[in-house]
Amino acid sequence: MQSVSKPQKPPVIVSPNSFLAWIGKIFLLVIGLFAVYILAINLFDKPYLFAQNVINGIQLGFVYALIALGYTMVYGIVKLINFAHGDVFMVSAFVSFFAVERFALHQWPQRLFPGFNPSLSTVIGTVTTILLSMVICVLLAITIERVAYKPLREAPRIAALITAIGVSFFLEYFGLLNFVFSARYIPYQRPFEVVTWYIKDGIHLVESGVTPPDGAITISNILIIIIFATILVQIFLQYLVRRTKIGIAMRATSFDKPTARLMGIQVDKVISFTFAIGASFAALGGVLYAIAYPSIRTLMGVYPGLKAFVAAVLGGIGSIPGAFVGALIMGQAEAMTSGYISTPMRDAIAFSILILVLLIKPTGIFGEPEKEKA
Amino acid sequence: MDITAMIFSLVKIVAVIAYLYGLLWVLGVKLKKVEIAGKLVDPSLGVNIFGGVIAFGVIQLALTKFNGFSLLNDFDSGLLYQACTMTMVALGLNLIYGFNGQFSLGQWGFYGIGAYTAADITYRWVNGDSRGLVVVGVGVIIGGLVILLIGKFLSNLRRMPVLSSFTLYLIGSILAGVVAVYAGKLAAPLLDPFLGDSLNKGVLAQGLPMQVVFFLAVVFAGIFAAEVSFLFGLPVLSLGSDYFGIATLGFSIVVYTLMVNSDTILPFPEMKGGRGMIGIPKLTTWFWAFLFLVLVIVIMRNIIRSSTGRSILSVREDETAARSMGIDVARTKLMSFVIGSFFAGIGGGVYAHFIGFLSPGAFDFLVGFNPLIIIVFGGLGSMTGTITASFGWIFFLEGMLREILGKISPEAPSWRYVLYPLTLLLLMLVRPQGLLGSVEWGFLKSKIIPLRKSETREGVNNHE
Repeated sequence: MQSVSKPQKPPVIVSPNSFLAWIGKIFLLVIGLFAVYILAINLFDKPYLFAQNVINGIQLGFVYALIALGYTMVYGIVKLINFAHGDVFMVSAFVSFFAVERFALHQWPQRLFPGFNPSLSTVIGTVTTILLSMVICVLLAITIERVAYKPLREAPRIAALITAIGVSFFLEYFGLLNFVFSARYIPYQRPFEVVTWYIKDGIHLVESGVTPPDGAITISNILIIIIFATILVQIFLQYLVRRTKIGIAMRATSFDKPTARLMGIQVDKVISFTFAIGASFAALGGVLYAIAYPSIRTLMGVYPGLKAFVAAVLGGIGSIPGAFVGALIMGQAEAMTSGYISTPMRDAIAFSILILVLLIKPTGIFGEPEKEKA
Repeated sequence: MDITAMIFSLVKIVAVIAYLYGLLWVLGVKLKKVEIAGKLVDPSLGVNIFGGVIAFGVIQLALTKFNGFSLLNDFDSGLLYQACTMTMVALGLNLIYGFNGQFSLGQWGFYGIGAYTAADITYRWVNGDSRGLVVVGVGVIIGGLVILLIGKFLSNLRRMPVLSSFTLYLIGSILAGVVAVYAGKLAAPLLDPFLGDSLNKGVLAQGLPMQVVFFLAVVFAGIFAAEVSFLFGLPVLSLGSDYFGIATLGFSIVVYTLMVNSDTILPFPEMKGGRGMIGIPKLTTWFWAFLFLVLVIVIMRNIIRSSTGRSILSVREDETAARSMGIDVARTKLMSFVIGSFFAGIGGGVYAHFIGFLSPGAFDFLVGFNPLIIIVFGGLGSMTGTITASFGWIFFLEGMLREILGKISPEAPSWRYVLYPLTLLLLMLVRPQGLLGSVEWGFLKSKIIPLRKSETREGVNNHE
C-alpha cells in the first residue's frame, strides 16, 4: 500500500532569545547559585573554617596537579588515557615507604658519618628518598611504555586503551598479593617530623599533644613543601617545554607526528621522555601525598589518579597550565564537599562538576577548540 | 596437583561453549517449507522454539537433583547465572561500544541501578510493602510517556539547545516521579493486606504472583536504567569519544557513591548503604536466567539486523557520512545507549535475585571494566564473541582458576587477577581485534556482509 504523505508543518526554529533556549541556562544558573549560596552561608558563618577548608583544598589540589601533569602530557602526545599513571603514583609511595622503613634512607648522611648535622641530614636524606622514588618510577614508566604501549602505536586506539587498563590492573592486582604490598592499609613512616602552626593573632607553633584553640587556622610544613614543590615543577616544566630542544620536540610531536618525524625528531624517544617526565612528577606527588596523608595501600592510586585525570580534562587536556588550574578546582571541590556537604559524597560531587564543565565547555577551561574531524 | 579436576573443569568450559553454539545454531535453523493439508507451512519457527525449549531442558535436567546428586552442583549453577547476567551486560555494552562506537565506561553503573531497583522492589514486596513495585512501575511508565510526549513536542523544534531539552526532560521525569510516589501511597492500603510480612507470607507474596512480581521487577528495573541512561546520555553523548568515556566513568562513580550512602543521603534504609543489602529473595531460577538471556539475544539481534541497526553501524563507521545519508546521528547514539543500558538493568535485576546480597563493592568501577574487557576479548561488534567471552570469562576465571589455584594454596586464587591482565596484554599485542573479530555464528549471522571496523579513521592525526 502506498502511504500518502501528509503535508508536514514546517519546523519551528527556536530563536536563541526565547524562553525555550534559556531554560537550560536557567537550570545551570540555579545549580550554580545553590552552590554559591551554600558556600556564602558557610563563609559568613565561620570564616576561619572556610579558610581552613580552602587550605585543605589547596594541599589536595597541588598534589593532584603533580599527577595531572603526567596525564595531560601523555594524552597530548599520544592521545592515550594512561590508566597506569595512578599506579605509578602508588608505587612511588611504596618505594619511599620501604626506603624509609627498611633502609632508613632518610637518615643516611647521619648513619654514614656520625656527627653529621641532624637537620641537614634529614633534608638530604628526604631528598634522596624522593629522588630514588622518582628514578624507580621513571624506570617503571619507561618499561611500561616500551613493553606495552610502543608495539601498539599503529594499532587502533582502543587496543592501546585496553592495554593501559591491563597494565594498571596488573600493577594493582600484583601489588595486592600478600607477599608484595598486600591489601592492608599500612601506616606510613614519615621521613621528617610534621610541624604544624596555627594562625590566630599571629603565627604560633602547635605543641605536640595540644590542640590548637577554637577559630584557628592550622597549616603544616608539608603544605608549604607541597606548594613549593609543585610551583617549582610548574616553572621547570614551562621552561622545559618552551625553551629546550626536547620541549620543542615534544610540542612538535604532539602537534603532528609524521611531520615531526620528517623534521628529524626521534618520535619514539620523545614519547618515552614524556612518559618519564610524567612519571617522575607522579612519583614526587606520591611521596608528598603519602607524607601528607600517612596511610598507604595498594589501591591508593586509583582515585587520586582518576581525579587528576579529571582535573586534566577539566583544565583542557594537553594544556599544562590547564592541568594545574583543573587540579586546584578539583581540590577545592573535594575539600568544600567534605567540609560542608558530606565526606562520602566528595567523589560524586567531583565527577558531577566534571560533567557540568564538559557540558558548558567540552574542551575544558584552557582547551583549544577541537579540530574538524577528518 | 589434581589433573582430573583440571581436565574436568576444562571439559565443563568446552561443554558450556558448545552448548551456547548449539543454542545459537538451533535458534537460527532454516528449513524448507513443507506442505501440510495443501498449505505451505514454514516449520523453521517451530523448530527454533522447540530447540530453545530442548536447550533449556537440558540444563534444567542437569541442575535437577536425583537422589541428591545433580550433574551441575550449586557452584556450577552459580557460575551459570553469573555468566548469563554478564552476557546481558556485555551485550548491552557491545551495542553501545562495539556496534555504535561510543566508548562508555558507565555500563556497570546502569547494571548497579538495575540490580538495586529490582532488589528493592522484591525485598519490599516480601516484607509486606507494595510501594516499591507501584512507585517504580507507575514511575517508569509515566516517565516513559512523559519522555515520549516531550520528545514529540521537541521533534518539530529546530536549533533547540541540548541543555534546554535536557532540562525539560528532567522536569518531566521529576514530575512523573512525584506522581508515582503519590500513586504508591494510594495503592499501598489496597495491596498491603495481601502481602503478609516476612514470616507469614500473604497470597500475593508466594507462588505464581511472586514470579510475576519478579518478572515485573526485572523489567521495570531495566526500563528505569534505560530512562536514567536517556537523561544522562542526552547531554553527554554530544561530547567526543574520550570525553564521553570519562563522563560515563564519572557516572558510574557517582552511582557507586550513592549506593554506599543509600541509607544516609538517599532515603532507602533497607539498602543499608555500604554494609550491603541482605535478604533479597532468591528468585532467579534457570528458567528466568535463560528466558532473559534469550530475550536479550533475540532483541539485540533483531535490532542489529533492522534498519535501525544499520544506522547504528553507520554512525560507528563515519558520523559525517551517516549524517549526509539522512541519519539522525544524535538520536541513533542515544537509542543504542538507552537500549544497551536497558540490557544492563535487566542483567542487574537477574543478578540481584540469584546472589541474594548486594554490596556496593560489587559495583565499583574497577570491576566495571570487566564487561569492556570481555567485549574486547570476544571482538568488538561480534555478538557471538561477546557471548563466548562472557561465559568463558566466568567459567575460566571464577570457575576453573579458582578451583585449581585454590587446591595449590589458599592464597593462590588471588593470582588469577594477575594472570588475566597479562592475558589481556598478550591478546592486545597479538590480536588487537579480539578473538573472534566480527565473526557471527548461526542465529546471529547477518544476511548482509558486516561492515569492517576501520578505526584508523577515528584517529587520523594520532597513528600515522
